Amino acid sequence: MSAVPQPLTTREDRARARRARNLRHLVISAASTVVVLGGLATWIFTSSGWPNVRRDFFSSHWFTQSFGSVLSGFWLDVRLFLIVEVAVLALGLLIALIRTFDVAALFPVKLVCIVFVDVMRGIPTILLVYIIGFAVPALYLSGVPTSPVVLGGIALAMNYSAYVSEVFRAGLESIHPSQGGAALALGLTPTQALRHVIVPQAVRRVIPPLLNDFIALQKDVALISILGPQEAFRVAQIFADQYFNYTPLLSAAALYLCVTIPLTRVVDRMQARTRRERGGAMALGPR
Amino acid sequence: MSAHQAPPGANAPVLELRGVTKSYEGQQVLKGIDLMVSEHQAVALIGASGSGKSTLLRCIDLLEEIDDGDILLDGQPMTVPGINPVPFRRRLGLVFQSFNLFPHMRVIENVTLGAVRGQRMPAAQAREGAQALLERFGLGDRAREYPDRLSGGQQQRVAIARALLTKPRALLLDEVTSALDPELVGEVLGVIRELKEEGMTMVIATHEMSFARDVADQVCFLEGGCIVEQGTPEQIFTAPSQPQTQRFLARVLAGATI
Repeated sequence: MSAVPQPLTTREDRARARRARNLRHLVISAASTVVVLGGLATWIFTSSGWPNVRRDFFSSHWFTQSFGSVLSGFWLDVRLFLIVEVAVLALGLLIALIRTFDVAALFPVKLVCIVFVDVMRGIPTILLVYIIGFAVPALYLSGVPTSPVVLGGIALAMNYSAYVSEVFRAGLESIHPSQGGAALALGLTPTQALRHVIVPQAVRRVIPPLLNDFIALQKDVALISILGPQEAFRVAQIFADQYFNYTPLLSAAALYLCVTIPLTRVVDRMQARTRRERGGAMALGPR
Repeated sequence: MSAHQAPPGANAPVLELRGVTKSYEGQQVLKGIDLMVSEHQAVALIGASGSGKSTLLRCIDLLEEIDDGDILLDGQPMTVPGINPVPFRRRLGLVFQSFNLFPHMRVIENVTLGAVRGQRMPAAQAREGAQALLERFGLGDRAREYPDRLSGGQQQRVAIARALLTKPRALLLDEVTSALDPELVGEVLGVIRELKEEGMTMVIATHEMSFARDVADQVCFLEGGCIVEQGTPEQIFTAPSQPQTQRFLARVLAGATI
């Protein structure tokens, strides 16, 4: 009968080591942050051009002078973004469904969709806004809108629905066929199987890439400024050209950040919740 | 002879298969299957993987289009070209090896979906029925969970409840315990045994020989897309007449007690 061996380390030893490790970690990260950010700030703020940049880009006078107009211009951006986004989601999903599932009667539509997506994805957004914004009104077609906001919105919707349709298509194709089989076995019609089983799962899977396109569109709305509407960037640019001060451009940038950053966080949280509820299966993501 | 007059043991056929063939990409998976499943009868399909058991069940549920032959449900041909398969599928229940629950829906929604959307059952009535089935299968407290929070055995019992809510004429079970951990097999087989006692008509593809012997009224041994031998469990398991059946049983029963 031998004595119980003495433990070589105790719980207290481990806790002490862990505390020391955490402290070391904290000190190093704090020090490195101070060094890097401090160095960067010193480098910028001591540069010979800083006083000028500060006057031209960070002027509180011009900020208060221009902010109201920039904000009202930005409101146009936000409204346009919301409307275009809804159109993009609807059109993108429709194109994806038509391309993914074979319906004999829709064959010509399918061909049109393929060409549409190829062409729209291949043209730079700014060119598309130009072409549609200037060429369509020149046709003098009756009943076709000539407002630059509407035409710019249409151009953006066409461009982005092409991208988004590919995202949806990847999502639809990632749902295992056995899910459709199970839905049919329950007596659902193919349309019901799509609506209740396949599309909801596909959409959930593609939320992260959709969000990327979402944010990109939110920023690209500024492209309609080339057609003339007084949206945030345009307003800021007019100010800058008039008074040789670029502060309004920075306020416009700040306004964009005010929307895009919370948007990202909201969706991150949404996904985390889904992941919790669904027990981690979402972490696998789209294949 | 109508179903009402049928003497016990010779009930009216619920499912009838005549010369059913099916091939995938030139390979024939079913080579002329004849099978009769009477009301309240449980027919077990046994055979090696790839013998055609699953394909046969998928063909009966009209998830696969057959190449030739006929399948009748209550005397009605289901496999006439151009016929709408949806009403027939509503009268059958199919349970899959891999459960195939809908991961984005709660358990209760999984169970009610077919009844509410497919059969237009009022939602309240469907929920009530679904809850009762879940209680019965010992899952009453899991109704609000998502499927992937459940064990395999629980998921498969949900899948069985889902197939049962619409009171199908026949239940098709496709190797429903093959994806389960051994200790979870029993709870699922128990549920099926219960259904058999209540007189549910069933076609059961299975690898569980003792279960087939226990529950089935008829056992069919499939090999290479043909029913090689069919008979009562007694005949098939104690005195198989075909050499293929003898070989198969010798292989699967080696070391196992039945």
